[in-house]
Amino acid sequence: MIETLFFYLGRPIVQYAIIVGVLIAVCSSLLGVTLVLKRFSYIGDGLSHVAFGAMAIATVVGLSDEMLLILPVTIISAILLLRTGQNTKIKGDAAIAMISVGALAFGYLLMNLFPTSSNVTGDVCSTLFGSTAILTLTTVEVWVCVILSLIVLILFVLFYNKIFAVTFDENFGKAVGTRTGTYNLLIAVIIAVIIVLAMKLVGSLLISALVIFPALSAMRLFKTFKSVTVFSAAFSVICTLVGILTSILITTPVGATIVAVDAIGFLVCWLISLAFRGRKG
Amino acid sequence: MSYIKAVNLSVGYDREVVSENINFTVEPGDYLCIVGENGSGKSTLMKTILNLIKPIGGTITVGDGLRKNEIGYLPQQTMVQRDFPASVTEIVLSGCQARCGLRPFYNREEKELAKENIRRMGIEDLANRCYRELSGGQQQRVLLARALCATKKILLLDEPVSGLDPKVTAEMYELIAKLNKEGVTIIMISHDITAAVQYASHILHVGDTVYFGTKEEYLNSEEGRFFLSGQGKDGGME
Repeated sequence: MIETLFFYLGRPIVQYAIIVGVLIAVCSSLLGVTLVLKRFSYIGDGLSHVAFGAMAIATVVGLSDEMLLILPVTIISAILLLRTGQNTKIKGDAAIAMISVGALAFGYLLMNLFPTSSNVTGDVCSTLFGSTAILTLTTVEVWVCVILSLIVLILFVLFYNKIFAVTFDENFGKAVGTRTGTYNLLIAVIIAVIIVLAMKLVGSLLISALVIFPALSAMRLFKTFKSVTVFSAAFSVICTLVGILTSILITTPVGATIVAVDAIGFLVCWLISLAFRGRKG
Repeated sequence: MSYIKAVNLSVGYDREVVSENINFTVEPGDYLCIVGENGSGKSTLMKTILNLIKPIGGTITVGDGLRKNEIGYLPQQTMVQRDFPASVTEIVLSGCQARCGLRPFYNREEKELAKENIRRMGIEDLANRCYRELSGGQQQRVLLARALCATKKILLLDEPVSGLDPKVTAEMYELIAKLNKEGVTIIMISHDITAAVQYASHILHVGDTVYFGTKEEYLNSEEGRFFLSGQGKDGGME
């Protein structure tokens, strides 16, 4: 078993997959805490469906690099969704549901009307669940992913304190003169970039898992914002690595395996937190 | 010139007026209590003073060396905050965000300021504790320390004692009075007219009729007597 593992690890395709997987895992987990706490987790879900719709259009139009269309469309949707979400809660919820299922339906419709390959169902399935996309990465895609991830990481570190402030108490921030609108916009753009990146790894239906599981697991166990953020990044990287390697060894779909490992990881964290609380009480 | 001066102010959301004809001034060192029934527009007025929402009519001028970003604010707690995983120090430090501007990290001076305000609120022993595990009164002290990081001049408090038990409420009022004696100007929204007339120097009554004056003037006014007698039945006023 170990031999097989090393055999695969020696191949560039697998190495690419691991590099990309780790980067995406870190990025997606960082903003998870903010999204969960601001009750924005559903936005990730909505955006991933929009990204799927954009991807369908890009495929049908025959763009050489699908990112060129998916990224801007997702970013714009993120900004719009965050705007509506700020007003009244219910309206925002409904808007997201509408946009996300709409995009999903149109995407699937387009792919069926203008099939680019003989296996439409297979294409759709791999976009939704990311089946093998991660193992077919080209060098260009790896570089795009590395650069975008680094940008996300740098932005997050630079604006860490602002993101904390906006997450904890937006009204206070606004009252003391912080440009909360700008930072919300920044958060929206970063989320969009992360969603588009993560689509490669786990497919558009499972992205929310990468955002939510690490954050929720970390919040079970840790008590400061910094430790929660650091732990959720570590949790996400470990789960993704375990997921990728498992899927290679027992040939399961990559995305689903990663999410399954994430779910198990969450369960473990939850049990540990229960054990601790039990001892205290 | 005064810190804050409101002339013929109307406040509300989306052009719908909640309260109008509001005139008042706040001088350095004042302790202004905003009282009135539920839904009379107290919180809306405070948000307007803070520039979170635009006034519908009239003007608010901020002056006498007070800049817009030198106002400290203690909002009512939100659901998000109740289970927020953050340490007391992290939260108090976030009060310094306006001082940072675009600088990404807090400097030593700001960290010192946060420490000093934690001490000032008497919560040093909680500095590394998790916010969501604190009692209501302790949480309010944390938010007060944060507000003090944003300003040395003026604090706006939105129902600082709501949900606290009587003993903690009294402690909170004493703490605010102490800050006022140390030179911090206070504007506080309160349900509790008893405390308002005990601690405040000025009263602003919003509602169907608007009244502004010193505490003594208010107690002798028609609005004041009416409101006090109404509250007296369940508030235990003499």
